[in-house]
Amino acid sequence: MEQKGTKTRPRKLYEVPNMDVTPKNKGSFLRPLKALSFLFREPVTLPMEPRPAAENYRGFHVNDWEKCIGCGTCAEICDNEAISMVHIPDLPEDHKNGIKPRRPAIDYGRCCWCALCVDICPTGSIALSREYIHISREMNTFFILPDEKGMHGLGYPIGWGKNEDSDLLDLKRQPMGEVEPEARSDNFDEIVDGFDAHTALIEASRCIQCGMCHEACPTNMHAPQYIRAIWEGNVEKAVEEIYRTNPFPQVCGRVCTHRCETACSIGRRGEPVAIRWLKRYAIDAVSPAKVKKIALADKAKKKSGKKVAIVGSGPAGLTTAFDLAKLGHAVTVYESKEKPGGMMRYGIPEYRLPYDKLDADIAVIEAAGVAIECGKAIGRDIGFDALRSDNDAVVVATGLGQGRSTRIPGSDQPGVFSAVDLLARVTAGESFDLKESAAVIGGGNVAFDIARSLARLQKKTFGKVDVTLVALEARDRMLADEEEVIEGGEEGVKVFTGRGPKQIVVENGAIKGLETVLCLSIFDEEGRFHPKYDEADVILHPAAMVVEAIGQATDVSYLGKDVTEALEWERGRIKIGRDGSTAVPWLFAAGDMVEGPDVIHAVAAGHRTASAIDTFLGGGSSKLEAAE
Amino acid sequence: MRPENYRPVSHPPSHEYELYFGPNHPGIEGNYAIRVRLKGDEVQEAIADGGYLHRGFEKIMEERLWIQNVALVPRICVPDPVPMEECYSRAVEQLGGLEVPARAQWIRVMMLEMSRICAHLFTFGGNAATIGFYTNMFWGVSMRDLFLDLFEEITGARIYHMYITPGGVRRDLPEGLLDRLAALLDDLESRLPDFEDLFFSNTVVINRATGTGTISAEEALAWGVTGPNLRASGLPFDVRRDDPYLVYPELEFEVPTMKDGDALARMMVRKAEVLESIKILRQVIARLPHIEGPVRCPLPNPLAWNIPAGDTFARVESSKGELGFFVVSTGGAKPWRVHVRGPSQMHAVQVLERLLARGRLEDIAQIMFSLDACPPEVDR
Repeated sequence: MEQKGTKTRPRKLYEVPNMDVTPKNKGSFLRPLKALSFLFREPVTLPMEPRPAAENYRGFHVNDWEKCIGCGTCAEICDNEAISMVHIPDLPEDHKNGIKPRRPAIDYGRCCWCALCVDICPTGSIALSREYIHISREMNTFFILPDEKGMHGLGYPIGWGKNEDSDLLDLKRQPMGEVEPEARSDNFDEIVDGFDAHTALIEASRCIQCGMCHEACPTNMHAPQYIRAIWEGNVEKAVEEIYRTNPFPQVCGRVCTHRCETACSIGRRGEPVAIRWLKRYAIDAVSPAKVKKIALADKAKKKSGKKVAIVGSGPAGLTTAFDLAKLGHAVTVYESKEKPGGMMRYGIPEYRLPYDKLDADIAVIEAAGVAIECGKAIGRDIGFDALRSDNDAVVVATGLGQGRSTRIPGSDQPGVFSAVDLLARVTAGESFDLKESAAVIGGGNVAFDIARSLARLQKKTFGKVDVTLVALEARDRMLADEEEVIEGGEEGVKVFTGRGPKQIVVENGAIKGLETVLCLSIFDEEGRFHPKYDEADVILHPAAMVVEAIGQATDVSYLGKDVTEALEWERGRIKIGRDGSTAVPWLFAAGDMVEGPDVIHAVAAGHRTASAIDTFLGGGSSKLEAAE
Repeated sequence: MRPENYRPVSHPPSHEYELYFGPNHPGIEGNYAIRVRLKGDEVQEAIADGGYLHRGFEKIMEERLWIQNVALVPRICVPDPVPMEECYSRAVEQLGGLEVPARAQWIRVMMLEMSRICAHLFTFGGNAATIGFYTNMFWGVSMRDLFLDLFEEITGARIYHMYITPGGVRRDLPEGLLDRLAALLDDLESRLPDFEDLFFSNTVVINRATGTGTISAEEALAWGVTGPNLRASGLPFDVRRDDPYLVYPELEFEVPTMKDGDALARMMVRKAEVLESIKILRQVIARLPHIEGPVRCPLPNPLAWNIPAGDTFARVESSKGELGFFVVSTGGAKPWRVHVRGPSQMHAVQVLERLLARGRLEDIAQIMFSLDACPPEVDR
């Protein structure tokens, strides 16, 4: 490759010399004596003190411990292995935000002051100072744990610090294609395009393999490993890494709350690696048959002869089922609805999670030997006692299926719906009385799910959108994801923030609209939910239907009187141990109904519960990794 | 001593004796030894015996990420480290298809020429010291130190700058640096007559160096001589001009030559090259402020940076001669093989052995230094 701007000149090799520098004549014999004049010149005298180093100087390390997150990338890039990460017990440890209690220690017997550690540091905490003198006979004084004061605590200024020119990290994410708002406003097609092989590779190459994501993930997914595999072009290896901890890659590759990205070190100064989209890319790139083969490679050959019943086919129930089936237990999952998947199917709109993708994940779980019986409600079609007597262990993972009501005047009107109920009806294709205008109460992701679903249905049916969403929280404190708020707005959802519902105005038996008042504060001094309103500031949002999306509750009436009394309860939820065990030895509980709040937590709970059940059943065959 | 050079017992004729010359002596910029067989003061045979600075650079580079080698390559030549950085970086750029931004190209030329001046100033002193003339050495080294001050400002380090990386340079120049460089060049130019008076026009020096260690043009070609040593034998080949890189085609400079091929000719060529480097640097100072833009092309995350499979050879004109890097990638995150074609390898082994065999004991150090070989570059 030619350098830019290079013009090749004709070669003049072995031509006549173009500048002969042969000395013409020797100087006078006395000429060197001129140097004696130096005897009479002012001598150059430097003061006997350390000379101040240049502004860019690469001297001893300094490290701002407040900024440093202990990711260890400096140790990773160090070409001489001069940096080792030292555990500091006094420092805070915060997996969720990607902070580890360790700091780099430098061995000056190995350091070559190249400052690659500075250039790659994701936080910008480490730098080289202008201090350069250290004299000691003690070898161990050359091994230091630098803080912001430097090697001798003298507070020398920073020399080679973080600089845009020399920054080695790619702080910008690869762009993700989305269907334009006009094209998506009247259908439930998936919005996000997903990465192609090229962008996925570039995005994967941004990862510095610090492992903060692994620690932050509720189920400790091996994100660094599968990202590295994607970068190596080995998507099958990536899927293998994904299935080590998560049987819902299609789902989590789309709708995961991506705690990993919150903890990502690159996100300290830039945009975190798009770990969720990379997972989606990997699973989309491998054929379903191959995925099954990879996912079931570690399935036990022998049957244990034990039977387990699982109530509810959401992520917690199915993960438990998948693990137990792979361990050789006979597992049956009971689902009251027509199709399996729980909230993943009946709560998440199809434009975020296409049903065929969910089906693909569930097909792998079924291939592991899990029997899923749909349309069988416990308590209605099968008694809980029968379930108990037919199985060695029972898991309840029925989630939060019931919408809560605001109980404001008018909320008992026909035409007032709960969001979860309505979302399920949209999924099932059941008809309901769709109006030309609607108001949604709530500011969370569920509120946006139903608001955006209604907007689509309105556009399809009436050709225009009139959906108003009223959230109690201020705009900058919205509970919903930022992308939901932005995309909802693009699709025509009008968002009012900082307003609480007052009443649903009804005239002649028909809903006229929703009246809201300005919310002054949400919590009282003790931090309890106790909103205060300015009753004078009233707005009427005209709407012919109202949807309440202010939270969900669980229905455990199917448990029966005896079991309900035998269980321990905590604020309306079954009290469980860390492994999903309850006060009844054979009964386990997992998922939203006991913990929440999302799919990935449910998957994590599923693993823990499966492991506990396997032990309870005298397993010991457990090959599952502890989800710790 | 290398095992192959070890001979347990030798019985030279009584009028012959063996001298182990080195590894510490004034003839070279590092540790390097020669076994010399003498008859009186006349050298009968010389066998170069390197290896004292062998740190396995080429092998270590196979174990390091592409970016990590930036910290290693300058160590291959202490007095003139910048061409190493440039040459390695350019090889990686050629393999990886990286385009160096214009501003970075000019900065690199500036660094290369500053490094050349430093190396030659060092040689001024070394050449003088080999014939017992230490004043010149103090002057040369102190002048070089002023350039090191500028290197420190630009790169944060005086000797091993680790500044040029694949894709450009690590950061832009500090405020006002070009002015300080211009002032330093004026200063250097004003000092050159002192060197001239004391050393280069010194009758004693000229008489002493004339005809010492002569290489004819034919021998130079046959022995793989390059750089100033080649040009001192009358062959005007300079990579900067004849296989140009960076922005050298846009620069005006001459390629100084002499015909004699002896120690004096080599000294004079180097002296003239300092003047040419000053000329180049003045052009850089004039042009660089008008060249805007980044100093490095975007690089991928260095921890996940694969270079496409292939091999390449990049060469630059270092102060010692033609320096080349042959780099092979198998598409991985590390080089599969790096071979350094150090000009000193030829000068310090095959050329030196032959020149010494014609010389006398008192000429050994002078011949060595006039070739300006760099032992770590021989050993790498």
